[in-house]
Amino acid sequence: MIEVEIISGRTLDQGATVEEKLTDEYFKAVNYCELSEDDFNALGLAEGDKVKIKTEFGEVVVFAVKNKDLQKGMAFIPMGPYANMIIDPSTDGTGMPQFKGIKGVVEKTDEKVLTVKELVEVI
Amino acid sequence: MPETKEEELTNVICTFCGSVCDDVLFDVEKYKGKKFCKLGSAKFSKKERIKAPMIDGKEVSYEEAIEKAVEILLNAKRPLLYGWASTVNEAIRLGVILTEKVGGVYDQCASVCHAPGTLALIEEGVPGGSLGEVKNRADVVIFWGSNPMEAHPRHPVRYSVRAKGLLIKDRKDRKVVVVDVRKTKSANMADLFIQIKPGYDYPIISALRALVKGEEDAVPDEVGGVSKQQLKELAELMKNAKYGALLYGLGVTQSRGRDRNVENAIKLIQLLNRHTRWIIWPMRGHYNVVGAGDVPAWEVGYTYAIDFSRGYPRFSPGEFAANEVLQRGDCDAALIIASDPVAHFPKASVAHLKKIPVIQIDPFPNMTTLISKVVIPSAMAGLEAEGTAYRMDGIPFRVKKIIDTEYWSDEKILELMLEKVNEKLGLR
Ligand code: SF4
Repeated sequence: MIEVEIISGRTLDQGATVEEKLTDEYFKAVNYCELSEDDFNALGLAEGDKVKIKTEFGEVVVFAVKNKDLQKGMAFIPMGPYANMIIDPSTDGTGMPQFKGIKGVVEKTDEKVLTVKELVEVI
Repeated sequence: MPETKEEELTNVICTFCGSVCDDVLFDVEKYKGKKFCKLGSAKFSKKERIKAPMIDGKEVSYEEAIEKAVEILLNAKRPLLYGWASTVNEAIRLGVILTEKVGGVYDQCASVCHAPGTLALIEEGVPGGSLGEVKNRADVVIFWGSNPMEAHPRHPVRYSVRAKGLLIKDRKDRKVVVVDVRKTKSANMADLFIQIKPGYDYPIISALRALVKGEEDAVPDEVGGVSKQQLKELAELMKNAKYGALLYGLGVTQSRGRDRNVENAIKLIQLLNRHTRWIIWPMRGHYNVVGAGDVPAWEVGYTYAIDFSRGYPRFSPGEFAANEVLQRGDCDAALIIASDPVAHFPKASVAHLKKIPVIQIDPFPNMTTLISKVVIPSAMAGLEAEGTAYRMDGIPFRVKKIIDTEYWSDEKILELMLEKVNEKLGLR
C-alpha cells in the first residue's frame, strides 16, 4: 500500500466521450488512475492491473496506468464518476467540493472495476 | 467518397468548450464537422440520443412529460434547478424566471468549476481582457493550473500560443509559461514549465507578489517545490512583459485555497499593472457557462447559488450551491438541464439526488438519465437549435440551427413549462 495525493481533471478522451456517457468509450476514458513509475513498480503492478484507492470519503477500484511524467506520490484520475467516489465533498462555504489534492492510499486488488451503471447503483 | 470542398460546407459555431470556435465547418450530408478539435468533432458527430420524452422509463409526448415535470416542481417545497452551462442564453433566461416562480434554487455548472473565481471577483474586481487582445498583444502568457491542450485544444492556436496578431507576428514573439502540479500535455508546448506541489498555489503567488514588490528578503529559498531563483526569473519575466495574460484553470479553483487562490492571483495582477499591462482570466469550460452566470446576473443580480424560496433572490454559495443543498438534503426535487451531476458531483451529493424526483432535459443520455423520473430530450444548440452564447471572455455569439429536427429546443421546452406553471399558479 502506498500513500498518494489525488488529483482529478479533464483529459482529451474524457472530453470527447462526455456526451456519450453510457458507452464503452466513456467507461475506458474515466476508469483508470495514473501513478508515477516508482509507485507503479513499488506496488508490483503490470499494465491492465487494478488498484483500489481509498480516502477518508470513499473507495473505488480502477485500472492502474503508469505515467512517466507524474511525480512520485501523485495519482491522477480523469474527472468523472470514479474520481467522484473518493474526492472530498465538503465545499468550505464556497459551494465547490475539493476535486483536487485529496490524500489517499492505493493498493493492488483483484476486485472488479464497476461499470458506470453499477457505480450509480452502489452510491 | 471524395472530400467535400470547404466552400460547400456550412459555417457553424462550436458548442462544446468555452473557446466557442466560430471558424468551424459542418457537412450536413455526411453529418461530419471540419476544422474542429477532437472534443468539438465528437460533439458534432452522430451518437446515441434520448429517443423520446419519458416518465418512469415509459415513452410519452412532450406535453405529457412537461405536465408531469411542472407537477413535480410545484409540489416540491424547494426544488433545485441546476445545469445551464450547455444551453443558450434565451433558455437560461426562462430558467431563471421558472426558478423564481417555483420558489427554487438556481445553480449552474460554474459552482463546481470557476465559481470560486466569482467570489474572488466580488472581493477584488478583475483586470480582464478579450481573447482578441491576447491574440494581438500578449507577449507573455501563463497557463496556471489550466491544460488547454486537453480542455480547449484550439485555444492555443487561435488565441494564446501560436496565434499571430497585430503585434505578435510569430510564435517566437511570445513567451508561454505553464504552471502545474503535473507535466500536462500543455506543459510540452510551453517555453517554461514550472512544476509546483499540489495545494501550494497560494504561497507561490504570495512569493511572486513579494518579488514583484521588490521584497526579495521575504521569500524563502523554496516555496511549494519551486526554487527562489526560478520564482525570481518568473517575476522578472512578468514585470518585463508588454502585455501579459494569466489564464487560470481548475487547478487553481478546485485545489486547497479555492477562491482565495484566485483572489491572491488578482492581487498579483493588480500589482503588475503598476509596471505594465497584465490581465487575468479563467479558462471557462462549457461553451456557455459564462451565460449561465451572466444571464441570472442581469435578471436577478447574482451568478449562481441563488435561492428564491422566500420570493426574492438570495445569494449564498455556502448554503445554496447545488452541492451544499444536496449534501444537506435541502431540496426535495430537481430539474437538471444540459448537465450531468450524477457523473460530476461527489458521491455524497449524488446520494441525495437519487432519493428525490429528478427531471432531466438534455440532448444526450448520460448518468443523470439513469436516475431521472422525467426525461425530456432536447435539440442540440449549434446544430439543431439557435441562440446566443457568451464565449469565455464574454463576447456574444449567435450559434446556429442548420438541421431540422423533431426534438424541441431547450427554449421551447422551458417556454411551455413556464406557461403551465403560470396557469397552475393562476398568474395568467
Ligand atoms: S477548441 Fe473548443 S470550441 Fe473550438 S472546436 Fe474545440 S471544443 Fe469546439
